Amino acid sequence: MNNTDKKRLLRDMLFSRRFEEHCYVGYVERKIGGFLHLYPGQEACAHGVMAAAKPGFDYVITGYRDHVHAMLSGADPKAVMAELYGKETGTCKGRGGSMHIFDVEHRFMGGYALVGGPFPLAAGMAKAIKLKGGEEIAICFLGDAANNQGSFHEALNMASVWKLPVLYVCENNLYGIGTRIDRSTAVLDQYKRVAGYNIPSEQVDGQDIEIVYKAAQKAVDHVRSGKGPYFLELMTYRYRGHSMSDSNTYRSKDEEKEWIERDPINILRERLIKAKVLTMAEFKAMDKEILDEIDNQIVPFAEQSPEPDVAELEKYLFAENDPWVTGGAQGGAS
Amino acid sequence: MAEIRFWEAIRRAHDEEMANDPLVIAMGEDIGVAGGTYKATQGLYDKYGPERIIDTPISENGYTGLGIGASFLGVRPIIEIMSVNFAWLALDQIANSAVKVRYMSGGQLTAPVVIRSPGGTAHQLGAQHSARMEKVFMGIAGLRVVTPSNPRQAYGMLKSAVRCNDPVFIYEHELMYNMKGEVPDAEFFHPLVGSEVAREGKDVTLFGYNISVHWCLEAAKLLADKHGINCEVVDLYCLSPLDRAGIKKSVSKTHRAVIVEEAEPAVGVGAEVMAIINEECFFELDAAPKRVSAVNIPIPYNHALEKATIPHAKDVVKAVRAMMGK
Repeated sequence: MNNTDKKRLLRDMLFSRRFEEHCYVGYVERKIGGFLHLYPGQEACAHGVMAAAKPGFDYVITGYRDHVHAMLSGADPKAVMAELYGKETGTCKGRGGSMHIFDVEHRFMGGYALVGGPFPLAAGMAKAIKLKGGEEIAICFLGDAANNQGSFHEALNMASVWKLPVLYVCENNLYGIGTRIDRSTAVLDQYKRVAGYNIPSEQVDGQDIEIVYKAAQKAVDHVRSGKGPYFLELMTYRYRGHSMSDSNTYRSKDEEKEWIERDPINILRERLIKAKVLTMAEFKAMDKEILDEIDNQIVPFAEQSPEPDVAELEKYLFAENDPWVTGGAQGGAS
Repeated sequence: MAEIRFWEAIRRAHDEEMANDPLVIAMGEDIGVAGGTYKATQGLYDKYGPERIIDTPISENGYTGLGIGASFLGVRPIIEIMSVNFAWLALDQIANSAVKVRYMSGGQLTAPVVIRSPGGTAHQLGAQHSARMEKVFMGIAGLRVVTPSNPRQAYGMLKSAVRCNDPVFIYEHELMYNMKGEVPDAEFFHPLVGSEVAREGKDVTLFGYNISVHWCLEAAKLLADKHGINCEVVDLYCLSPLDRAGIKKSVSKTHRAVIVEEAEPAVGVGAEVMAIINEECFFELDAAPKRVSAVNIPIPYNHALEKATIPHAKDVVKAVRAMMGK
């Protein structure tokens, strides 16, 4: 990774931060409904891993904290914001919402809101890749608390038995909704848990994107070379509550402060300034440019886009005009 | 036209579809090396190998989800859940993933999986191996639910289900795998919607599905032979969406309806068919429709108790005679 790459990653992380901060505003203004799970604090995780992967080529799937993962796969931020606003121009035409962003063209295979649901889906995508003989890999991003679901154990076992090309990325932010990991989970180091499935794994600092990138490169190489699944645990922290409806009263101010001091954007920014690759003025200009894009392009697009047509309420339930439903093109029942 | 067994019909559909498309796979517990609990995949492991005939661990939600994930990329998995009782464990992936991705992605993604599973009471299998879960699947929007009553349907429906772009649940019956029936030698595809008149009649319509079609046919014969009542039997091979037009057509002809279901009455096929009759042809009725259903208890082990829990042809006869006043 050269300095240009690092500056791009810094800008991209800052963009994700500002995008999510606007989502907060849109939610408070009641322009965004439902549940909203924000990503600030965890940026180095998805950005670092996707920098080591092939966005738009590799298949990515995640949970409900999905806006940033979708955009990193290639989803248009305008379409993601429009989806949050429930508009027809949204990634899912307003049918999905914050927790269900999909962009299949860019191989972002969705955000899922049943905790742990994507574990077997990711293994299945990897099975399909293997069957078809492709070079792609499946990447599944989920939080630490998802590992307490049965689907984690069932899917990781199968992925290992069948040597499927799937990378499981565990963004360990230490809380499952409002319950701290040591109050819910017997083994705190999540990377140790997959030893039971004979899957290689590593735990690294999820706040330093260069560390994440390096670990992800190793993980991606392992999976892409046909050696089977890999589990990468990234130690991180979310600044806001689990969702917007979270009182966030279960964490101490000291703990929050400690993590904010290790902010992923600040870490990279300070490093680049120290290396004289970047000046504070440049960073501020970068920030202004991002805010300008969000305020003057992305948000207006979402706000001004049309609502879905209620006449199309039942569209997308089933495939349209599927000949096999009525007995096929070959003559039907005998 | 050859007479073959139900399991042979399912096996033939697997074989033809797997030969036709290299992305068709089958997965489930013991379906490969062991040949399948009900022989639905017998011999196919040797023919297609372990990458396409997959013996899964006993992880119903896991392997169902894995099949669904594979289907996102164009694979066509035929997932066998050994007993429908175990499908309770897979409901998360069926009801939250498979049937919702198309809608919540705004039509971008689809999960063309086929899930086959036998249910019903067999021979003293006890409460946890005798579930009748059709009502559960019928309640899931976005899932096509079909249930064959004979080998011809079993063959043709599986063929269509594999090629259909929607998730399809095929509800089979543990007692029916050895049933014989004629299946055309030439390839054909059975519709996944509609219903079929299994016997023409004019006095009363007996609605059945899966095994209860056979109870209806047996009752219809007895009623014709001994009581002079001419029953029409309608096979509701598609449980979701139910064939409103077919139900209306038959009731408009006979003006009476009895729905026969192996399951408990609450929130079931009978309740749904009665609602459709009310909505579509209430004023055609000459009598209040009746349900013949199972007793609302877990299936007991003891043979006599088990037998007393689920309906039989004689119960259908009794219900029809009461309705006709004969």
